[in-house]
Amino acid sequence: MAETAAALTAYGYLPDEGLATAVYLAMSLRRPLLLEGEAGVGKTEVAKVLAAWTGGELIRLQCYEGIDASQAVYDWDYGRQLLHLRAAEASGESAGRTTDALEAELYQERFLIKRALLQAIERREGPPPVLLVDEIDRADDEFEAYLLEVLSDWQITIPELGVFRAHEPPLVVLTSNRTRDVHDALKRRCLYHWVEHPDFEREVAIVRLRAPEVAEPLARQVAAAVEALRGLALYKPPGVAETIDWASALGRLGATQLDEHSVEATLGTVLKYREDHERVEQHGFADIVKQAFERGAQRG
Amino acid sequence: MTAGPVATSAGADRMAVAFARVLRGAGLTVPTSTVLRFAEALGLLGLDRRDDVYWAGRATLIRRPEDVPVYDRAFRVFWDDVAPPFDSGEEPEPLKITLAVDEGGDDAEPEQAAPSDERTLELRFSATEVLRQKDFADYDDEELAEAHRLMGRLRFVGSPRRSLRLARSSRRTARPDIRRTVRAALRTEGEPMRRHFRAPATRFRRLVLLLDVSGSMEPYARALLRFVQAAVAGRRRVEAFALGTRLTRLTREFATHDPDRALRQAGERVLDWSGGTRLGDGLRQFNDQWGVRGMARGAVVVILSDGWDRGDPEALGREMQRLGRVAHRIIWVNPLKVTPGYAPLARGMSAALPYVDRFVEGHSLAALDRLAEILDEE
Repeated sequence: MAETAAALTAYGYLPDEGLATAVYLAMSLRRPLLLEGEAGVGKTEVAKVLAAWTGGELIRLQCYEGIDASQAVYDWDYGRQLLHLRAAEASGESAGRTTDALEAELYQERFLIKRALLQAIERREGPPPVLLVDEIDRADDEFEAYLLEVLSDWQITIPELGVFRAHEPPLVVLTSNRTRDVHDALKRRCLYHWVEHPDFEREVAIVRLRAPEVAEPLARQVAAAVEALRGLALYKPPGVAETIDWASALGRLGATQLDEHSVEATLGTVLKYREDHERVEQHGFADIVKQAFERGAQRG
Repeated sequence: MTAGPVATSAGADRMAVAFARVLRGAGLTVPTSTVLRFAEALGLLGLDRRDDVYWAGRATLIRRPEDVPVYDRAFRVFWDDVAPPFDSGEEPEPLKITLAVDEGGDDAEPEQAAPSDERTLELRFSATEVLRQKDFADYDDEELAEAHRLMGRLRFVGSPRRSLRLARSSRRTARPDIRRTVRAALRTEGEPMRRHFRAPATRFRRLVLLLDVSGSMEPYARALLRFVQAAVAGRRRVEAFALGTRLTRLTREFATHDPDRALRQAGERVLDWSGGTRLGDGLRQFNDQWGVRGMARGAVVVILSDGWDRGDPEALGREMQRLGRVAHRIIWVNPLKVTPGYAPLARGMSAALPYVDRFVEGHSLAALDRLAEILDEE
């Protein structure tokens, strides 16, 4: 368990204890891991880091409304199939052959386009891949049901070719922003973790890890300022990704400390709604900076 | 609980089963498969460290963030041997409302609501024409029960919109269906003589119902709750919330075909029946947690409220504007709209109106019938 946390850290992700435990269990029990949480808390990043750590290939399936099997599992390369037919005809090869025989020729693996799910369960050398099913809440229920089937049996049937079965199941990470509830049957297959915003010290550590060029005093002030912003009841409180962006932006501008002017100039990296900008402006940049200095100076 | 706190003598699986019982007792749904997984996890992590056990349970037994507080309390009781706070008033006792649902014990009733009996439906409606026009506020219990039953027969079709999914088309469109074209070409020696096409399929827009359960809505909330439940149970992609001093999601409670059970469960979930209203706050909670994040996007949002609001009308206007930017249509159902001399003078109502696409009545069965029709059109 401690090993898992250390490995994730070594690859650039600082997990809290809950997440480290969930990841460890997902790997040992060979269960998919469902991560839910606000946008920008680093859900997708978990899969990327897992791939880097285990050496497995990262296969990403970005869900969207209307996604179906031909985009997620496999499709036939119809263009090539047509060309093949024409070529067969032109060379006279097809003469005297039955439609069935021709058809069988078309449905071979070389005309198959393998999409993410099929790629993930395909037999391969080396460590099992990491399958990232991103934003599952965007897909529709029909697709969720299909995914449940694949995640339960680790096999995919292609009528024309037969059954593809995973030799060793991939590591699966599903993420959801919770714009709707993922079906309970799917959740039951998975280990579940609700990803929270990190606490102050962890966020400082994350900034230091991800934006090493930013000096520590500035990193602490930025993390503290973000904490203050999250307390302002904004429409979209900044996530960890925004904290890192903000710190890098300030670093790039040569800032070594927060000040009103630099906060105002770079606020666009943290807040993405006009209303939120107005809210902060009303509240006053000076106050944010003041809070950031005080909090940033505290230890532990 | 006699199973006791962490003891090395008890095996991980016995521990897992016993803890699952405590969680079920506290009201969580804990399927056996997840208990097995919890036992497996404990086998891996051991029972020595409290935090390991805690997180193993969180990852295997919990599937919704709302369940975490209950889990935490149950965990303290079970592992730390703390006296159970469940019935000790740590949380205010939920105010339960008794809903005068039809409890006539007519077991055949749900069957009759099957979609086939449209003729009966009309008959029933005409026989109850008087009831249909009557204001909900003037109902006695018996009439309410009858109205509840009639509402169970409302059909919600929902408004179609273009889906991103493509379906076969008999017309010629800009999107060729290559799969079918290749199949057909096989029959003509590889010559694609007959081309096939696809066109976007249609699917129903999500319907989101927000029911105001504050004090001023009391005469109507009981009746409208059944309407909302019928909508959730009647078709897919419907979400329901109660708006009071805080927001309560009712979709799960309502998604059963047994209306009595659904309404009872909803009554237990909503803690602020007939309390004050802060429509702006409630709507803001909805926008933050659900609506703007995706649920209301492209959806038809129905707000059932009289528009009396003790909060800041400006805040309500702001949240309505936010909602209006993502929703397809906002329909405001106001039971007071028919009241003689009523003008939308409630401060909240006038702040909200600029963002409302349709402003309709909702005081009687006939009005709800009409609303169901509007929902199909929008």
